[in-house]
Amino acid sequence: MHTSQAAVDEPAHENPALLHHFATEEQQKNAASLGMWVFLAQEVMFFGGMFCAYLVYRYKYFADFGSASQQLDIKLGATNTVVLICSSLTVVLGVRAAQLGKRMALVFWLVATIFLGLVFLGIKADEYAEKFEKHHVPGASFSYHELLPSQEKLPEAERQYADPHHAEMYFSLYFAMTGMHALHMVIGVGLFGFLAYKAWRGKYTPEYYTPIENAGLYWHFVDIVWIYLFPLLYLIDRHR
Amino acid sequence: MSDHKSASGHTSEHASTQTPEHISEHISSVGSSVAIWLALLAGTGITVAAAFIDLGPFNTIVALTIATIKATLVILFFMHVKYTHEKLTGLVVVSAIFWLFILLALSMADYTTRLWR
Repeated sequence: MHTSQAAVDEPAHENPALLHHFATEEQQKNAASLGMWVFLAQEVMFFGGMFCAYLVYRYKYFADFGSASQQLDIKLGATNTVVLICSSLTVVLGVRAAQLGKRMALVFWLVATIFLGLVFLGIKADEYAEKFEKHHVPGASFSYHELLPSQEKLPEAERQYADPHHAEMYFSLYFAMTGMHALHMVIGVGLFGFLAYKAWRGKYTPEYYTPIENAGLYWHFVDIVWIYLFPLLYLIDRHR
Repeated sequence: MSDHKSASGHTSEHASTQTPEHISEHISSVGSSVAIWLALLAGTGITVAAAFIDLGPFNTIVALTIATIKATLVILFFMHVKYTHEKLTGLVVVSAIFWLFILLALSMADYTTRLWR
């Protein structure tokens, strides 16, 4: 960069990333940041609709949702939660590296984030494969014959089974919510791949790293969605 | 927790100044980031352990409380909301949470009071 040589009274020439319709770098950065936050607010409403549907149906089919929820593997869900939290840390360290102008450290942390994102998606794919094997994927071949929660304590003749249609609703919501979340992860991994290439080419400097920061905000948001999905889908019906 | 304590062994490629003066951005230290990361991992451990204890309806409350604490840590520290000078960011965050609250509260107020069905 040539910051030291640039004329102080002509900020337009100071940073090649400063677009002509912004007065200062700070204004440009704030505009991009605000746009990202408004996008994330929209994402809250997008996922909020599915969370609301889940709440309504869980209220309606309480026992059946308990049964279906217990079909999920808590170990895989918890592992994925840890993987995502670690990826959020690598993003934070990546943004920090960009702020400090450490090019190779930035590339390293972005690649680490991509790797952790792919680990998450791999574990998710394994979980989905198990659902296909057990015919727990909603559709023509869906079949469900599992007990309602805490029925195994009763004598065999009195045991009650979950309504397959109600369990199917649980799995519809499970696939819709985790599927949309996984799609966001795929987009995030692609985004970081693009940014890692640009970072390797030296595009980002302490004066201009807005794309890194905004992609980081996006990734943290996806992490927060999972922070809520994990207890709601895997945990809260485990004790029943 | 100095800013110069690098997280990795990678050396700086740029000879430019470590702290650009003209952008008043917060640079989170490695130490505080790792502390938040450990808190998030601890929260995950506690919420998984709590799921196997029968607390009746409080299982859901405990799980969602821990999730909200974790989300708050991510928003404030990892997403830098605590350090931002831009007041609009806070407004957008609070608005998003408030709209979500309207969506969930009014929907559930409807569905949970349809006693005639």
